[in-house]
Amino acid sequence: MASLLTKNERQLALGISILLALVGLAMAGAGDDRAYAAHGILIMVFGVGTAFLTISGYHAPEPPEGRLAQYYDDPSKVGIVLAMGWAVFGMFIGDWVAWLLAYPEMTFDAAWSSFGRLRPVHTTGVIFGFGGNALIATSFHVMQRTSRARMPDQLSPWFVLLGYNLFCILAVSGYFMGLTQSKEYAEPEWYADIWLVIVWVTYLVLYLRTLARRQEPHIYVANWYYLAFILVVAVLHIVNNLAMPISLTQAKSYSAFAGVQDAMTQWWYGHNAVAFFLTAGFLGMLYYYLPKRAGRPIYSYRMSILGFWGITFFYMWAGSHHLHYTALPQWVQTLGMTFSVMLLVPSWLAAANALLTLNGAWHKVRDDATLRFMMVAALFYGLSTFEGSFMAIRPVNSLSHYTDWTVGHVHAGALGWVALITFGSIYAVVPWLWKRQGMYSAKLVEAHFWLALVGTLIYVFAMWNSGIIQGLMWRTYNESGTLAYSFIDSLIAMHPYYVARAIGGLFFLIGAVIGSYNIWMTVRATREDSREPIADRPVPAVARDRALQSGE
Amino acid sequence: MMDIGHSALVGFAKSYGLFYLIAFSVAVLVYTYWPSNKKRFDRASKSILDDEDKPCP
Repeated sequence: MASLLTKNERQLALGISILLALVGLAMAGAGDDRAYAAHGILIMVFGVGTAFLTISGYHAPEPPEGRLAQYYDDPSKVGIVLAMGWAVFGMFIGDWVAWLLAYPEMTFDAAWSSFGRLRPVHTTGVIFGFGGNALIATSFHVMQRTSRARMPDQLSPWFVLLGYNLFCILAVSGYFMGLTQSKEYAEPEWYADIWLVIVWVTYLVLYLRTLARRQEPHIYVANWYYLAFILVVAVLHIVNNLAMPISLTQAKSYSAFAGVQDAMTQWWYGHNAVAFFLTAGFLGMLYYYLPKRAGRPIYSYRMSILGFWGITFFYMWAGSHHLHYTALPQWVQTLGMTFSVMLLVPSWLAAANALLTLNGAWHKVRDDATLRFMMVAALFYGLSTFEGSFMAIRPVNSLSHYTDWTVGHVHAGALGWVALITFGSIYAVVPWLWKRQGMYSAKLVEAHFWLALVGTLIYVFAMWNSGIIQGLMWRTYNESGTLAYSFIDSLIAMHPYYVARAIGGLFFLIGAVIGSYNIWMTVRATREDSREPIADRPVPAVARDRALQSGE
Repeated sequence: MMDIGHSALVGFAKSYGLFYLIAFSVAVLVYTYWPSNKKRFDRASKSILDDEDKPCP
């Protein structure tokens, strides 16, 4: 790995690694609380580790000039493997949390395994670990192809990828130790947040530098979505995490916001995390890998542009729908509701554009599970954006809010849309990156597809039922005007759905494990035999026909 | 110093916000449907299907 860096890049990589290790050492030595010191040790070990990686290739000769005539794909490859590792980890924790809700004794009496700690481990693991790594890996692949330009250097993609994973590890290990600033999807404390800003700005600069080197006159629309994802996530992350640490030697901090302003800032962040992390970036994937895999240009390029600006400018205002019936001024709630309903237009433009691209290639969707992953992802995108607009309407929200319906909605989007488009894109890109004819096993891709689809459907239907029952029980009054059901009554009614949800999640997890195995075998096959495999190549139609004729 | 109160900010957001978003929508529509942009969009949507997996020299 390090031997492919230029000598200058190796020096810089070593310098950054040593600096990181020293910062970690200082945190470990000066830290007033144990969790903070533990994070210091973790950062130090990480810095020492990357220093050793650099040293291992430090005295190798300069990499050949010929590399400049090729795209730089090593960071994408590592990113995909990391993404699948995080997927299995995050989904395992997710399914554990699901069983925990049905059987509360499954914390096994430990503090680190309580619901409040495991839940952010799950959300961070799947959103940032799995989703984030997949976005970084595919964005590196897409930005180079659509620009027809190699990345400007070889160090910054590694800094972005490994630095980002350090952030994810700090986040997850912090939750286990009880560190959180209690902002949903922004739980990590101030030092991890500062580190992510450095990594993220490097990411933005790398993307812009690659685009600046492009050999295409027009910047392809997938890049717009990836750029919106990078740029807006930077803005959201910085603003929502503005905080004053208690001291430089302690993990805790005070948010810059208080009261309803804090709630509004948090949900402006939270909903735009859905919009720009979980939607814009993945639409970037969709607009590249779907036409590429189907072998057809996108149905309407103009629709994709209108959809882009609609999504970027409407989503910004939708966050306040999370705060219906709160202390937030009524007109701000109404504003959020209105923009959420308007969002249906650009969202359905994107979903329709994807499905219309496939119109005329349905035989490919039938035969190719990879393309089917992307097609079903577009369907779930359409479904969950419709549901989201609907749930943002204030009276509907009075039934759905704080119930499992919200959880079902989120997972229709996260499993059905985000995870399926990611798996589809990964199955498309892995053979391209590792120069193989196809995946190790097409049957396993097929199995993964059905496990993922069945798992998502079980999950979503269980939560729809549970959520609506819960919502109705909470608002049912008896003749004397008091609540007909106690909270515990609603819990008992939800129990069977919780078991069903955990089973659905298990299906989805097994699918991800199978996918990881399949990807690993595809990677290993190349390592053992770098020539193209001849044995499992399908017989060309012409040759087959000839063979038939000769037999007659 | 001028005092910007809650109602002044709300009044500004409600009026100015409406107009700049409408102006922005018009600008996007004009860009998208501007006839001479069509060729460039068509080229972009087809060029990703090109299978040459190497950067331009």
